Amino acid sequence: MTFLRPSITANGSAILVPALAFVVVVFTFNLVMAFVPLSAQRKNELTNLVRQDCGSCHGMTMQGGLGKPLLPENLIESTPEELAEIILAGVPGTPMPPWRGLLARGDALWIAAQLKTGRIKRGNTQ
Amino acid sequence: MRTWLSVLFAALIPLGLLASNFHGQARSPALANSQPGLRGTGDLGVIIERASGSVQIIETTGQSSLARIKGLGDLSHASVVFSRDQRFAYVFGRDGGLSKIDLLQQTLAKRIIQAGNSIGGAISDDGKLIAVSNYKPGGVKIFNADTLVLIATIEATYGDQGELSKTVGLVDAPGGRFLFTLYEAGEIWMVDCADCAQGAKPRLTKFKNIGLQPYDALISGDGRYYIAGLFGEDGMALIDLWAQKPAVTRILDGYGRGQKKLPVYKMPHLEGWAKADNHYFLPAVGHHEVLVVDAKTFKQSGSIKVHGQPIFVMARPDGRQIWINFAHPRNDTLQVIDVKTKQIIKQFTPGKAILHMEFTPRGEQVWVSVRDENRIDVYDTRTLKKITSLPANAPSGIFFTWRAGRIGL
Repeated sequence: MTFLRPSITANGSAILVPALAFVVVVFTFNLVMAFVPLSAQRKNELTNLVRQDCGSCHGMTMQGGLGKPLLPENLIESTPEELAEIILAGVPGTPMPPWRGLLARGDALWIAAQLKTGRIKRGNTQ
Repeated sequence: MRTWLSVLFAALIPLGLLASNFHGQARSPALANSQPGLRGTGDLGVIIERASGSVQIIETTGQSSLARIKGLGDLSHASVVFSRDQRFAYVFGRDGGLSKIDLLQQTLAKRIIQAGNSIGGAISDDGKLIAVSNYKPGGVKIFNADTLVLIATIEATYGDQGELSKTVGLVDAPGGRFLFTLYEAGEIWMVDCADCAQGAKPRLTKFKNIGLQPYDALISGDGRYYIAGLFGEDGMALIDLWAQKPAVTRILDGYGRGQKKLPVYKMPHLEGWAKADNHYFLPAVGHHEVLVVDAKTFKQSGSIKVHGQPIFVMARPDGRQIWINFAHPRNDTLQVIDVKTKQIIKQFTPGKAILHMEFTPRGEQVWVSVRDENRIDVYDTRTLKKITSLPANAPSGIFFTWRAGRIGL
C-alpha cells in the first residue's frame, strides 16, 4: 500500500494520487467481480431474495402481483444487461426500488439470467 | 304380596340409577378421549407457510401446533379471515386460491381457484359473504361464505379503454358493505351488499381522484374511517363513512417533505394500524420512522425514529405497547415502543426475515414469524422475554381467531 502514501514532493497531488488510485482499484474490483462466478452460497441467497423479497410484489413464482410478471415470456424483449440495469437502478415513478447498494452488478446479471430462463421460478438455480 | 313387590321395586330403582350413574362416571373420561374435537376455538390460530403452500393450525394456551393443512397453492402474501363462529378460516392465496379450513376437524373443507392473481379478502359483518380482491382480472368477487358459490363479480374498470385496475385494501364495513381501492385508477369503491345473499345486486359508490398509486388501505376499528395509503405521493386519502355524504379528504399531506426518501424495498402494511392513547401509530413510507397522528384531527403530532423502514406497526390490544418489524435489509429486528413515553423500550434480533406479528386476544403473548429461520417465536409482552419457539416452514402471516369479531379484519 506504499503507493497510496501521500507524496511530499509532488505538490497538489498529495490527495489526487491516492484518490485516483482508489477509483482505479474500485473500478477494477467491480469489473473483475462482474465476471467472477458466484459461489453456491451466494446463488442460494439470491434465489431466496428473488423468491421471497422480490416475490412480495412480483409473486413468489414470478407470475406478478403489484409488480409486473417476470416469467421468461415477459422478458423476451430485454437483454440480461438491460434487466440487470433495471434491478440496480430501479424504475422511477413506480414502487420498483434501486437495488444498487444491496446487490453487485454480478448479482444482478445472474438474477437476470435466471429470470430469463425461468430457473428461479422452478427453484432450480444450481 | 303386591305391596311387598312394589316396595322392593321402589328400593331397587334408586339402586339401579346409582349403578347407571357409576357406570356413566366410569365411562365419561373415555368418552372425552374419543371426542378430541370437543373444544373451543377462541385460542386457535393459523400460520401461513408460504413456501410449501400449507398452513399450521396452532393453539395459544399451551403454545402448540395442532395440525398442518397442505395443498393451498402459492401462499406468498396470503391472508386469512375467520367465520363469525370462529370455526372456519378462509385463506386467500396469491394464485387466486380461496381455501376454507375447518379448524375443529383440521381439514380443508373447500377450495376454489377464483382468479389468476389475488391479494386478500374480507368477510361481511353478518358472516354470509366472502369478498376477494384480485389483481388479475382486476376487481372483486363475492362468494357465499358457506358454499363458496360465486354471488357477484365487480370489474374494476377505469379510463376510456375500459381497462381493469388491480384492487387493494379490501375491507368489510358496517351495514353489509365492503370498501376497496383501485391501484392504477386511484379510486376507492364502496360496495353495498347487505342483501346480496338474498340475490340483490351489489350497489356501487365510486370515489375518484384519491391520489397516485394507492397501495393498501384500512378501516378504523370502529368502522368509521377508511384510509388509503398513497405510494406515488406523500399523504393519505380518508373517507368518513359517518358523513351525510361521504367524500375523500386528504390527510398527512406532504409528510416527510424536505427529507430525502430512501428506496422502499417492501411496501408497508396498513392493516392493523395501531391506535393507542388517542393516537394512530403508522409506518412512514421510505423513512426510518413511525408517524404519530392525532386520532381526532388526523394531523401528525410527532414521529419516532426507529431501526428501519417499518412494515407492521401493531398495538398490543390494551394499547400500551407498539411492536414494529422492518423492511429488507433490516428485517432481522423487532422494536417495542412504550406508548406512554413514546420511547423504544426493547430491541430484539430474533433472526432473518421477521415478517409478521400477532397478539393473543388480550395481548399477554405476541407470536412472531421468522421466515428464513423457519421458526415462530412466542414472546411474553410483560417480561419481554421469549417463552418458546415452534418450527414452521418459511412462516409469514399469523392470524388468530379473535379477528372474527373485529371490523375490517
